[in-house]
Amino acid sequence: MRKLVPALLLLCACAIAENPRTLAIRNAKIVTVSGPVLNPGTVVVRNGLIEAVGENAPIPAGAWTIDGEGMTVYPGLIDSLSTVGIPGLAPAPGGRGGRGQATPTQSPTPTPAPAATPAAAATAPVTRAMGPEDRPATTSWVLAADEIDPSDHRIESVRSAGFTTTVTFPARAIFGGQGSIIDLASVQHSGEMVVVPAVGQYVAVSRGGGMFGGFGAGFPNALMGYIAYIRQIYLDAEHYKLLKEAYAHSPRGMERPPYDRALEGVLESKRILLPANRVVEMDRMLRFAAELQQPVILYGMREAYRPEAAPLLKKYGSPVLVSMHWTEAPRDPDPEAYRTMRSLENVDQGPAAPGLLRKAGVPFALYTDGLDQPKELQRAVKKAIDAGLARQDAIRALTLSPAEIYGVADRLGSIEVGKIANLVVTKGDLFDDHTQIEMIFVDGKQYKPAPEPPAGGGRGATEEPGVSQ
Amino acid sequence: MRKLRIVALAALAPLYAQNIVIQNATIMTVTKGTLEGSVAIKDGKIAEVGEKVMMPQNSTIIDAGGQYVIPGIIDCHSHIAVDGSVNEGSVSVSSMVNIKDVINPEDIAIYRALAGGVTTANILHGSANPIGGQTIVLKMRWGQDAQGMIFEGALPGIKFALGENPKRPGNPPGGRGATQTVPARYPATRMGVEDTIREALNQAKAYKAEWDDYAAKVARGEHPLPPRKDLKLEPLKEVLEGKRYVHAHCYREDEILMLLRVADDYGFKIRTLQHVLEGYKVAQEIAASGAGASTFSDWWAYKVEAYDAIPYNAALMQKKGIVVSLNSDDEELMRHLNTEAAKAMKYGGLSEIDALAMVTINPAKQLGIDGRVGSIEAGKDADLVIYDKYPLSDYAKVQKVLIDGRVYFDRDNDVNGRAAKALEKQKLLDKEKQSQPKPAGGRGPVQ
Repeated sequence: MRKLVPALLLLCACAIAENPRTLAIRNAKIVTVSGPVLNPGTVVVRNGLIEAVGENAPIPAGAWTIDGEGMTVYPGLIDSLSTVGIPGLAPAPGGRGGRGQATPTQSPTPTPAPAATPAAAATAPVTRAMGPEDRPATTSWVLAADEIDPSDHRIESVRSAGFTTTVTFPARAIFGGQGSIIDLASVQHSGEMVVVPAVGQYVAVSRGGGMFGGFGAGFPNALMGYIAYIRQIYLDAEHYKLLKEAYAHSPRGMERPPYDRALEGVLESKRILLPANRVVEMDRMLRFAAELQQPVILYGMREAYRPEAAPLLKKYGSPVLVSMHWTEAPRDPDPEAYRTMRSLENVDQGPAAPGLLRKAGVPFALYTDGLDQPKELQRAVKKAIDAGLARQDAIRALTLSPAEIYGVADRLGSIEVGKIANLVVTKGDLFDDHTQIEMIFVDGKQYKPAPEPPAGGGRGATEEPGVSQ
Repeated sequence: MRKLRIVALAALAPLYAQNIVIQNATIMTVTKGTLEGSVAIKDGKIAEVGEKVMMPQNSTIIDAGGQYVIPGIIDCHSHIAVDGSVNEGSVSVSSMVNIKDVINPEDIAIYRALAGGVTTANILHGSANPIGGQTIVLKMRWGQDAQGMIFEGALPGIKFALGENPKRPGNPPGGRGATQTVPARYPATRMGVEDTIREALNQAKAYKAEWDDYAAKVARGEHPLPPRKDLKLEPLKEVLEGKRYVHAHCYREDEILMLLRVADDYGFKIRTLQHVLEGYKVAQEIAASGAGASTFSDWWAYKVEAYDAIPYNAALMQKKGIVVSLNSDDEELMRHLNTEAAKAMKYGGLSEIDALAMVTINPAKQLGIDGRVGSIEAGKDADLVIYDKYPLSDYAKVQKVLIDGRVYFDRDNDVNGRAAKALEKQKLLDKEKQSQPKPAGGRGPVQ
């Protein structure tokens, strides 16, 4: 059995080292994020946790020691909104997140309606929804953790870009289900990857308006239908809770309230994620969340560079997730096509958003939004840095900030004693053009980055995974 | 059709918001005659109108010599400023949806309507359903956020729709080309439209009874569990209670009478009949019901139920005692409602004031906001339009538009600012072009 494991791992092209229980990286520059940079310093990892960190942290006898001369150690990056680990939710090739594909958006679009997937179809009603009571496009009871498939090829790809953790959501339909925090380890059992199984409900909307707009052809179809539906489901959940409590208190003589898993899923979620790209949408969704009395995280944020955005976000104090899939100029545009000033500004100033949010003190994290190739991710972060985000703030927005936003800063997001040993070791500064990621540690296990697939987008065979000593 | 290439920035408005006196103008108050003189504005309200007025402290003076001032135009039927589709067409009764939730204050149509003298508009859900979504009255306060656009205190409404649109089978999904998984939507006939409305109102009645019963129990000191709050029936309950206006899209005389009977049966009033192109045939009945009529000036024959329309409709209905307004239902038409009003002088021989009333005080009455807007009277909101020429003329151009005493549109500023904006845009276009990767010409570079 023991022999079988490495063979299996080779099959899925994962570069895994032998895994000593104790290891130390010494003589490296250590970017702890939560504290000062140690240069040089030592990190000691035991049983998947950070045991010690310091300029002169003692190295336990028998520890596998890596000489970090010329290397920098960062906390593992966290993708704060992802579908990695659920292969069925990978972006379609050529669509969002496809290698080097431009999204020819004329104006910022709200998060597109994810297509119903087979998994959703199995639970969704066959006929079209005729109203909110049919609970359309809702799988609120789903936990991403239950759908994680360790064989998702994106796990290795994203990890190779320095991501050790994703907050993975069953991002489908209106109430998709709850996200889970996943460590991107290559393991046999998905359960070992789960850090926190339920962190909040993923909600998506569509502007509708097409002949068959929306998720399927039934209710809801227009944006206002989506909003009405979400509002109704929270009203229903509140009422359901009331009935359930009354029944639990004294069932005798009371009609039994029917079990409703859609409402159970909503009630179990401690926060919701709502989409908002335009300032108008930020305003709308923040008000909406306040009306629903739900703690909210907004995601998207394409117009967060606009001067109205930061004060608005600050007023509500809700954290936001900023998509790194920056609005791009259309490729080969029709020279006659009309471009609005806003669409030009979105391209020109979109990547300035993180820097501006940082300056304004709005809690934010970055998310990859379907980008899953290391070079793309590096370029995307670089754009934000070039547009005014300090490098250390970029790192924070991909480490400690998402950990704080999801309430797991006690175990993830920085290099501190007792935290999970998720580390990225580089030659050169993270996000620089020529920086090499040397190794990645997830739960204290070492991985080598997979080589970039050949240009042209094929996710072909990777080289023989090496072991770094 | 080419779209107007105007880029307007929020920075344009509001330009100033202090006390203002508009001088030397011809002031068409609509309700208090026409006079040569001044309008004094204080704290957003009209302080005084007359040949001579008291200057409020620190007033800015707008010299409107040779120009005309009319009350801000009110459009009783518009679909601008809506994010996403204006129709929740998946269901026959979509009363659970609310335009208020999807106001888009950045819709450029707002600025363009403003530039056409519109200061207030009734934003309606579409006509895909016998009972459509909830509606909202907005002021065209360009530059404000969604909440800032809402006409505070105006009673909200709900859209009803009769005739061809709601009965178009399975509207919009399904129907023609409906697949097996997408059944055609009921109703498919005018009979079905009536049935759908009655059925929904029956449900609303039962729902109201349930809540009334609950309230009575609570009042007696009991502790009952509250009924389920139903967003579909909630606004219909308000209709039955007279707390929400019904704006009903209709064309044919038979369906108009049908709806008036339905409203009678359920004990509520139809606030406005929208389009109502055959209204002249049943004007007496409409007048007796108390419903207002909001119609087109001379737009007809665009579908089968619009064949019996005549341009005298507005004038004929007016003469039977109906409060009549002329609406746009269209973002382009919305920009020159003054000439739509003028057509009522040609067709039907209305006076200029009666014609102007159809886009000012009459729609204000229909929306229940005539205490605030619709005419130039002391105490009303300072929502005013300054035209360079006689406003019921094709040649009149809007010079300035004020809402709540603030200038939200200024033609000179707009015109003068265009060059700078074009330049700014060109800069971004150039920048973007430069950053574009070189297009791979044909087969790519030869090695």
